Amino acid sequence: MSTNDDKAKADALTDTGKQPEQDKPEKGNGASGSILFFFLVGLIASLLVGWVVFPELLYSKKKQPIDFNHALHVDMVDEGCESCHFFREDGSFSGVPELAQCIECHEEAQTDHPEEIKFVTQYVEKYREVPWLVYSRQPNCVFFSHAAHVRLAEMDCVTCHGPIGESTHSRIYEENRITGLSRDIWGRNIAGIKRNSWDRMKMDDCAECHAEAATKTASEGEAPIEGFFNNIIRIAFPGSLSGRKSSVQTQNEACFVCHK
Amino acid sequence: MKHEQAKKYGMVIDLDKCTGCGACMVACMAENNVPFKEDETNKLDSITWMRVYQLTNGKPFPDTDICYLPRPCMHCEGDHGHSPCVSVCPATATDYSMDTGIVSQIYTRCFGCRYCMAACPYHARYFNWWDPVWPNGMEKYLNPNVSPRMRGVVEKCSFCYHRYQLAKDRAFMEGRRELEEEEYQTACTQACPAGAIVFGDLNNKTHRVHQIVQPDPAHAGRPKNPKAFRLLERLGTNPKVYYLSSREWVRRSGDHYLPHEGPGGGH
Repeated sequence: MSTNDDKAKADALTDTGKQPEQDKPEKGNGASGSILFFFLVGLIASLLVGWVVFPELLYSKKKQPIDFNHALHVDMVDEGCESCHFFREDGSFSGVPELAQCIECHEEAQTDHPEEIKFVTQYVEKYREVPWLVYSRQPNCVFFSHAAHVRLAEMDCVTCHGPIGESTHSRIYEENRITGLSRDIWGRNIAGIKRNSWDRMKMDDCAECHAEAATKTASEGEAPIEGFFNNIIRIAFPGSLSGRKSSVQTQNEACFVCHK
Repeated sequence: MKHEQAKKYGMVIDLDKCTGCGACMVACMAENNVPFKEDETNKLDSITWMRVYQLTNGKPFPDTDICYLPRPCMHCEGDHGHSPCVSVCPATATDYSMDTGIVSQIYTRCFGCRYCMAACPYHARYFNWWDPVWPNGMEKYLNPNVSPRMRGVVEKCSFCYHRYQLAKDRAFMEGRRELEEEEYQTACTQACPAGAIVFGDLNNKTHRVHQIVQPDPAHAGRPKNPKAFRLLERLGTNPKVYYLSSREWVRRSGDHYLPHEGPGGGH
């Protein structure tokens, strides 16, 4: 009964909703019109709150201590990114350079650029480490091996970090007030749309690339049609084709590979 | 890594050499950021990934004898990796890796139901009843390669898995994929002043653990060395930590043997 009633009501609503286009407005149209109006206003307001206001509140904007010009530096060094962001002999990755490394060239200001003078007077002369804000810093529980990706898999820095080497200014660092992490981890697009491989650095993004790589290596040497069907089998029943699972519960890569 | 031969990391502890000094416990806590309490005597609250137990033969003075038994996580293989804790975890927070034979514990997945603690027959798992509190300034001495755990999750020995990953990083830098035996050693192994702990790949015939234990693949890794035994052997947990002792009462205390039974296959 109630469903029939609802249907009837819905029909009535759509009828009255259509009427204004055909006839002149009658009594009762004002009510449905205002319902629609307030619904739209509410919807737009919620979207604005969720997509604009909330991110503004969630992220605090911070400036880097020194406005760093990557493009200028990359032109002047020989080994590209690895001139400053290098691997140590034990396979660990140095990440953001320490002051001692900058001093190798910047013991004294080489130009009269205000940022360089600021760097030399405030940090080099006082021998104080620069408190750089790291855009790509991951939470505590994440283990990431640069050696495995850059040395073993021979990946480019750009794949995950984007064309940061071409930047002439340090952009604003947006820090999540709850987690204390950079907005670059979650991604700037609040709807979660990703255009480039470096737009986000979440677990899903690691997994996406690894799943692709796994199916690619697995289907090597298979005919296209065979590979197509085998890929479906591989995704649905991991380990069934290779005959070997790498762990018991997850049946593909164990979580311990990236979680510490 | 897919092309590598599967490893099975394990440990053998010589109880004749162990003096019970506790250096392994200290090294483990420092290495793995294990939180400690003001009152560590409360064993319901304290966390010890590596714990040294004292065994006694229970005889009066002239015949009395004691033995110290360090107990890390046994990293049970069970039947094809179905170790007790892995089988019961509802959150996929703990897993058995077929590549290394290490039972992982993912703190961010664990929600603290403690099924695994109930399932573990070795009491190797510990629950964080409190958030860790470090003395002022001690945060700076924490190991950056191990994440500290929060209140409400279970933790346990990982065979210093982060050391395995760091050793692999070095190998990658040198263009290798395989590790040398000495490149991956746990903190307790290196800390033991008596050299009682030996760690390595049980599948690798050149590693000392394999040579000492001589695991028998036909009988779920049971040791062929008559001096070697495992804890609670008959439960079928198939642990990867072996113990050595020349004393029979010590070997017998590894399981609940009846008078006519024994660890040497007397059942």
